[in-house]
Amino acid sequence: MKRLFSKSFWQERDVEMFIGQQLRWGVITSSIIAFIGGIIYLINHGTAMPSYTEFTGAPEYVRHLPGIFQGVLRLDGRAIIQLGVVVLLATPITRIAFSVLAFAMEKDRLYVVITLIVLSVITFSIFSGLGG
Amino acid sequence: MSILVFTLILLVGAFTAGMLGSLTGLGGGVVIIPLLTLVFHVDIRYAVGASLVASIANSSGAAAAYIKEGITNVRIGMFLEIATTSGAIIGAILAVYTPTHLVAILFGFVLLFSAAMTMRKKNEHGNNDSNSKLARIMRLNSSYPVDGQEVPYKVSGVAGGYALMTVAGVVSGLLGIGSGALKVLAMDGVMRIPFKVSTTTSNFMIGVTAAASAVIYLQRGYIDPGIAMPVVLGVLAGAFGGSKLLMKLNTRKLRLLFCVVISALALEMIYNGFTGKL
Repeated sequence: MKRLFSKSFWQERDVEMFIGQQLRWGVITSSIIAFIGGIIYLINHGTAMPSYTEFTGAPEYVRHLPGIFQGVLRLDGRAIIQLGVVVLLATPITRIAFSVLAFAMEKDRLYVVITLIVLSVITFSIFSGLGG
Repeated sequence: MSILVFTLILLVGAFTAGMLGSLTGLGGGVVIIPLLTLVFHVDIRYAVGASLVASIANSSGAAAAYIKEGITNVRIGMFLEIATTSGAIIGAILAVYTPTHLVAILFGFVLLFSAAMTMRKKNEHGNNDSNSKLARIMRLNSSYPVDGQEVPYKVSGVAGGYALMTVAGVVSGLLGIGSGALKVLAMDGVMRIPFKVSTTTSNFMIGVTAAASAVIYLQRGYIDPGIAMPVVLGVLAGAFGGSKLLMKLNTRKLRLLFCVVISALALEMIYNGFTGKL
């Protein structure tokens, strides 16, 4: 962690490597979570019939974070899979956040602003209620 | 067909889709949507959600490898992501007002276009005579390694590229695909960025663009865990396998074959869209 805050670390290309690693770990973590959730889901629902021909939408509780967390605590397979999906969605978003820091350390103000704009567009889409 | 059987077949299908996607460079999504809708008769809205998630997995997995080589131009990517993410949100809004059969038809046309794009001649090297003021101000000009040497390139057509990127974002948000082909067209065709830099930077952008609309689709219930799980796991494994295979195979003929397959899928999507079956 100490290295993470040193100036030289952020000025070298190590930063990009670090971001690359972060992406890879995000993908690996999310697949492990989805896999575990998948096993639980199949044990509990494997014999039921899938019904995706008519669109009814995913169950209400897996459409937002509080519902997903409560489901995970109940060891609900669907909620655990969806947690994996959330980790996956968070992976590129976290990457943008790291890029803000990286450009700040390079004293590249223009790109700090540009990256912050991208971050706020995504934040807007999360909290806009457009999905509601 | 029980959920267990459905999941296992979908897992195999997604694996194939991931492999096809990585071999053609089109990404897993383009095959996932026809697979789910035409073979499994899944409503296209679920397919769009699953495909978006697959695009993010694909992009994040591959980007890690490309960044290592230093080809990706992070500044170009970040600057154009303003266009693609805002476009993606517009696409997700439009999706509410677009009837599903129209989504299927549009998807078919984008698929045909993407197949054509993979077969066209590539702009191998960038140019160095561009004098774009905007490119200088935005610090987009850079260099990339070719056989151990740093080759400089200059960017042109910044405004046109930005506009086309917004369209790519809208398409991505509306149809749930990475729309890598449109992104490459903007960078390689309009902005005259060397092909290698365009493809890797486009890949870098796909994850972020897809995330912008995926958070909306998650709240709308388009992303169903029962479909997302086999799709994400299958596409990731397939893409990994495909990238290993890519080093061993002569891809020219394979690409041609896949383009034919993808075009056939595209025509079927368009046909089903027009007859109202999707």
